[in-house]
Amino acid sequence: MWNYNKDVMDHFLNPRNVGEVENADGVGEVGNMSCGDALKFTFKLDENGRIAEAKFKTFGCASAIASSSALTELVKGMTLEEAAKVTNQDIVKILGELPEEKMHCSVMGMEALQAAIADYRGESLADNEEHDGQIICKCFGVTDSTIKNVAKTNNLHKASEITNYCKAGGACGACIDKIQEILDDMWQAPENQELARDAGSFDKLSIVQKIMKIQEIIDREIKPLLEKDGGSLELVDLRGNLVLVRLQGRCASCPASNVTLKNTVEEKLKEFLSPELKVENC
Amino acid sequence: MDKVIYLDNNATTKVDERVAAKMMPYLTERYGNPSSIHSFGGSVMPDIEDARRAVANLIGANFRNKDNCATEILFTSCGTESDNAAIMSAIATQEGRKKIVTSKVEHPAILSKCKELARLGYTVSYIGVDNRGRLDMEELKREIDNDTAIVSIMWANNEIGNIYPVEEIAELAHAKGALFHTDAVQAVGKVPIDMSKNSIDFLSLSGHKLHAPKGIGVLYIRRGVRFRPLIVGGHQELGRRAGTENTASIIALGEACKIAAAQVAEEVKLLSSMRDKLEAELLKRIPKIRINGDLDSRLPNTSSISFEYIEGESILMLLDIFRICASSGSACTTGSLEPSHVLRAMGLPYTAAHGTIRFSFSRYNTMEEVDTVLEKLPPIISRLREISPYWSEK
Repeated sequence: MWNYNKDVMDHFLNPRNVGEVENADGVGEVGNMSCGDALKFTFKLDENGRIAEAKFKTFGCASAIASSSALTELVKGMTLEEAAKVTNQDIVKILGELPEEKMHCSVMGMEALQAAIADYRGESLADNEEHDGQIICKCFGVTDSTIKNVAKTNNLHKASEITNYCKAGGACGACIDKIQEILDDMWQAPENQELARDAGSFDKLSIVQKIMKIQEIIDREIKPLLEKDGGSLELVDLRGNLVLVRLQGRCASCPASNVTLKNTVEEKLKEFLSPELKVENC
Repeated sequence: MDKVIYLDNNATTKVDERVAAKMMPYLTERYGNPSSIHSFGGSVMPDIEDARRAVANLIGANFRNKDNCATEILFTSCGTESDNAAIMSAIATQEGRKKIVTSKVEHPAILSKCKELARLGYTVSYIGVDNRGRLDMEELKREIDNDTAIVSIMWANNEIGNIYPVEEIAELAHAKGALFHTDAVQAVGKVPIDMSKNSIDFLSLSGHKLHAPKGIGVLYIRRGVRFRPLIVGGHQELGRRAGTENTASIIALGEACKIAAAQVAEEVKLLSSMRDKLEAELLKRIPKIRINGDLDSRLPNTSSISFEYIEGESILMLLDIFRICASSGSACTTGSLEPSHVLRAMGLPYTAAHGTIRFSFSRYNTMEEVDTVLEKLPPIISRLREISPYWSEK
């Protein structure tokens, strides 16, 4: 069962702007039936070049319908320049959150919007650098540039995360290694070093800001993992690069708690914040 | 809150109240270890044997031979354990044979085990099905050879309900010296099974699919078939399955089997009447739907229906508002990205596969519930089709 939040359910049960805009200025169609979801997004501009009307038709699960509905709300009133900058994260923000495995629904929204803008501008998507590239996932027709784009926007480092965000690798799995290779190459490239981590910037933060960042990663990335096994943890203190935490619930009494601490908690903090961080239970 | 309309009985079933009542004393009063010397514990053993007899009766198995040292009924923890035990035993007792023959539509309990064995060097042959989910018998005959250790084909399919000719396939396996196993988890209690009239070597069944609790299963092992335990330790189950007996659940399964045996004929009629009404009326009320599976040979309680041009998770979530429980063969409900392996093996078009819903009935369902579904479902389908970009084009 999916734990969709109230906002996702609201957009699913009461979808906004269903249909097709008549005499649309731009039409974007992405996905197809074999992929399991598809979205047709249409919009019309007003005399000032802002999106006056936006509608959608979606074939897909509840989160695909909700993401499409959120997209139409989000872009109304935007200029095309503004709309072109919309990412899947902006769609997720309207919905509050989506399950990780459903993030591809928000990406589909972004792609339909981009396709519609390209349609308005008379560009074919192939002219667009973002959509160019080599097909990596044959099952879902995902290119390397899409993979890189999604990885950068959402700070993804693992092939399994890519599957959640754009389905690549989610069917036969033959391209999983290739996806990981693309990610590794991309994040190791010098121009992405800074994007890869907030490492440099993390060191420059004040202690309060650091604690807030750590808390954010704990809440977003770590707790959900521990809670699956009936555990949890709280942040106790930060001393230099030493993060002191207290494992709770099942984690507190678990004989493998040290492994959890090093492999899950410390790894996540290193991945998202700084490689210098160490974690101890107190 | 509205009453739950539970039409997902192939996933699991309600524990029959008679079954629950029967098992309760074994949790709180008669909790002794059946292997104990003291009578408090030891006196539970005859009740376990009574349950074993009930299971044997339901499927026409031998309970005990005259020396009281062999039984065909082995209690396990679940259907999956039974499946794993059968396969592992068959390859362990026939070391020279390195091939397993199964089908593309088996339960993951079999498919995952086979995948693992393939990595260990075994050859696995997955027999295909046609668009109605029927096995390719010619391919099956070709694939069973002198290197085959075991053939494993389910008695009935959990998603589409197809019943497979397992008794015939057992003969084909034996002709090549191979063993035959069947996962009958969905079949037991819904179709007549008489092991005294066939030559099947192993059969798996699961308690929670026939109104007993979760956590109890059975592996039937035909007398004379060599068996290598999957779980070793103590001497329980004549040394063939170690681990202290799950007494209360064994008692429960025995009771569930007694009830099933007494009312199977009547139940089949009830189940198929509800299923048939649902299908016939939906076909009348909703355009562009298809009933999946082998309509001439399927379980009385299972209906797999494809609603074209929409997606299954959305249907289920809208049904859920009315507390109607069903399940789907679509990708999105499980987090997987592809439709179920069964629907794919059947080559169902994607237009239909993603919108496939399974309704599965039990003795607790009523015609009134069917009527509620018939009232609630058509508007759900049209609502989703209005949102679908594919529908308007049709």
